[in-house]
Amino acid sequence: MSETPVSETAVNENQSRDLASEHWDAIVVGGGHNGLTAAAYLAKSGMRTLVLEQRHLVGGAAITEELRPGFSFTTFSYALSLLRPEIIHELDLVEHGFMPLMMPSSFHPTGDGDYLLFGDDTDQNVQMIRRHSRHDADAYLRFNHDVDEVVQAVQPLFDNAPPDLWGTDPQDEADVAWLLGHLRGIDKRVMHNAVRLLTGSAADFVEDYFEHPAIAGYHISSGVIGSKVGPMSPGSGLVMLFHKMGEHDGHLGSWAFHRGGNGGFTQVLARAAQAFGATIRLESPVEAVLTRDGRTTGVALQDGTEFSAPVVVSALDARRTFTQLVDPRELPDDLVDAVRRTKYRGVSSKVNFALDTLPTFPALPDSVDHFGGFINIGPTIEYVERAFDASKYGWYSERPYIDAAIQSVVDPDMAPPGKHVMSCFVQYAPYELRGSDWESERERFGDTAQAVLEEHFPGFGDLVLQREVVTPVDIETHTGLTEGNIFAGEFLAPQMYFFRPAPGWSRYATPIDGYYQCGSGTHPGGCVMGSPARLAVQRILNDRR
Amino acid sequence: MVATTPFHDRLSELNDQRLYTHWQGHLSALRYTHAPKHEYFAVRHGVGVFDTSPLYKYRITGPDAERFLSGVLVRDVSDLREGRAAYTLWCDDRGFVMEDGVLFRHGAEDLVLTSARPALAWLTAHRGPLKVGLEDETDAYGILAVQGPRSVRVLGALTAAADHLRRFDLAPTTIAGAEVTVSRTGFTGDLGYELTVPRRNCLDVLDAILEAGRDHQLRPFGEEALDMLRIEAGLPLVDVEWTDSTLAWSDEQRVTPTELGMGWMLRGVREGRRFVGSDAIRRELETGSSRWATTGIVVDWRAWDRLHRDAGLLPTKDEHPLGWESWLRDDSGEQVGYATSVMYSPVLQRHIGIARVRPRLAEPGTGLHLETTVLHRTATVACQTVPLPHFAPQRRSAMP
Repeated sequence: MSETPVSETAVNENQSRDLASEHWDAIVVGGGHNGLTAAAYLAKSGMRTLVLEQRHLVGGAAITEELRPGFSFTTFSYALSLLRPEIIHELDLVEHGFMPLMMPSSFHPTGDGDYLLFGDDTDQNVQMIRRHSRHDADAYLRFNHDVDEVVQAVQPLFDNAPPDLWGTDPQDEADVAWLLGHLRGIDKRVMHNAVRLLTGSAADFVEDYFEHPAIAGYHISSGVIGSKVGPMSPGSGLVMLFHKMGEHDGHLGSWAFHRGGNGGFTQVLARAAQAFGATIRLESPVEAVLTRDGRTTGVALQDGTEFSAPVVVSALDARRTFTQLVDPRELPDDLVDAVRRTKYRGVSSKVNFALDTLPTFPALPDSVDHFGGFINIGPTIEYVERAFDASKYGWYSERPYIDAAIQSVVDPDMAPPGKHVMSCFVQYAPYELRGSDWESERERFGDTAQAVLEEHFPGFGDLVLQREVVTPVDIETHTGLTEGNIFAGEFLAPQMYFFRPAPGWSRYATPIDGYYQCGSGTHPGGCVMGSPARLAVQRILNDRR
Repeated sequence: MVATTPFHDRLSELNDQRLYTHWQGHLSALRYTHAPKHEYFAVRHGVGVFDTSPLYKYRITGPDAERFLSGVLVRDVSDLREGRAAYTLWCDDRGFVMEDGVLFRHGAEDLVLTSARPALAWLTAHRGPLKVGLEDETDAYGILAVQGPRSVRVLGALTAAADHLRRFDLAPTTIAGAEVTVSRTGFTGDLGYELTVPRRNCLDVLDAILEAGRDHQLRPFGEEALDMLRIEAGLPLVDVEWTDSTLAWSDEQRVTPTELGMGWMLRGVREGRRFVGSDAIRRELETGSSRWATTGIVVDWRAWDRLHRDAGLLPTKDEHPLGWESWLRDDSGEQVGYATSVMYSPVLQRHIGIARVRPRLAEPGTGLHLETTVLHRTATVACQTVPLPHFAPQRRSAMP
């Protein structure tokens, strides 16, 4: 098992090679987790595969950076859940160092000094609920079961490419028939719950079960992650369901940190891709996909270097795939229109900290375990909804919602002994600010997030050794994600399944022969899942037969 | 009345579950927190401590100590040098396995054998006229296992002795003012050490370890996590993988070293090396009469998911090892083996097991069917044989 970072091995290995003169069967544009997954599958199928990554390291939005000696920051994406088991097994990821560290807890300060703390023992969780509300104790069991039933019903849709509703060949008709058959097999109560989640608000769904404001607040929080919706907005139910889909280690809705952060995970993917024979070229920003007579012939880098291949796979989002890498005039108008209408509207930011020691939550002075998983700072539905309000009018939350994680509690490699790193996902931070810009607001915004942490963890500010503020503009600049949207296209019903990334183009091909898409902007994308890339490569290999 | 180990007073303070089992008459923690999985991850990626004190400990001394042990243990101990330890079995005179343990050689005439079960009468009965001292020191020492990739750093803060130990080396050292033995041994299949500590010093040594481990997120781990770790490591457990031959009712419950997957321990037996049971074992080797072979199995995760989804269930993926045997069948449905341990491995993200199959089926990659139940009905799910261990990180045997 090699532990040398791929940013180094890729460069060293390729220094002596003139990759541009070599023959490639496939070129992957973008070395994020989907690009690397696609490269691994393509190489595994025997295709000579080249990954072109714009930055000096692979990983895209799933990177870990040592911003301070010994302190590893998960700059952007910070947790694993939706990664599909087939990818772990088919790409031999365990051999290359795959090590998910399951979160032992989920911690929710209730805003009044008290807290909710959940773990793997259901009975103990019920007691935790009962401490706040006797009414909500059995509601908690039914809520989880009802959501799990919906997850089970929806899961097969995640494991297959969406059928082409408008396709006319027999395979398309068979796919549509399969979908109808599957839907008809779903129990009517489960189907009704599914539609309530897919179209309604997280608050409406959750409040049908829970009466206690903090218990409801805990449960809606996954309904707003990464999306310009509040918990009371229709559509937040869909975002909540998506996050409940996470199946890691066999437990629905459970999350893990990867050893070394999500950058540790993309290093594993890169090593797997290389082991299958893929080549990774860093600092290679692609300017354009080259085409002739409606076919792709390769790519050109910004420095003019050209690489030829009959297959080019874009791991970038739809905006870049269809309007920047290729000339939109070569594409049908309805596709280009749909791509231009796609909502990105990033509202998420990160504020990451290096800490001198663990923070203190006064009600749990001697405990560490409550810091082992997600720390959910958004006590009630109203708190999160009010945090959302500001973003509607082009400003960031005065008291933001924060999903924090002190990864060094379960992964001691992330910080020097006794020290810690804390990743804070902070919402809402709209990509476009009205009357100012992010460069001017960066530190004030960081102060705002830190003030919220200070409320819950008195003395927090004294522990901070270093702070990194990652604005939506930073996300866009460094990862290429349009408007800093972490899902490469918002989770809105008109942007999912048949419509992801555009009606009629949800099956990984594009109107240009040999040009494919495999990023998180394609089904079932968003989150560190790898499925878009796996399904895209299935499509590519089918087309080559 | 149930006893407690010399580490118990402190470890019980760290146990927020109060779930114990009885191990050799001692309270032994099943888990310390709400789920053993997190204790398991501490060992696979950080460091954990396990109280293994209930093990029996027999000190064997005198000029004939080596000769005596050579005659009763399956492992050839004649080349076990001072400062080394060795895992071994012992058998009855029909060549069936009784127990297992680790033999620590402190000096030419000073050895300690650990055992999960009492063995003094049996050892004494085989002493004959040899000049051997045999003493039960079980209650005089506690044993603390410090396991996981960070174990060497935690111990390194307290003693320089651990840094240089190769796997199965041992050395005397001082921790917290106590004379202890540190050995690079354990039951987790990971980098790890065990400290053998005089009873009166146990809490002092444990406190020093906890303090040194604080900044490395050290956790105590219980029997449930240990069971997960040892199955991944392919390490057999008495009363799960086999039954002590002297306590079994039927030969169906008994296994030979070869059948248990410990054929590697039989060096020199064909050439005439003798110990209790060696004649029968030699005949088994010469005639190829082994009934079983031990192998790993890996369940086809797709088949597992399909089986449950088709029944309208969420696929269960429970890291708690099954508490019962599962049958293995061939394509024709005939029973050709049985899985003794089955669990869902959090690192490998698939169901794995330790199984016994007919020797002709032990070739890695052999397709078999594991019997399970779904909605009150029996069903089978595809699996295949794989070599053990399931998980063997390089650090397990590399120099840290």
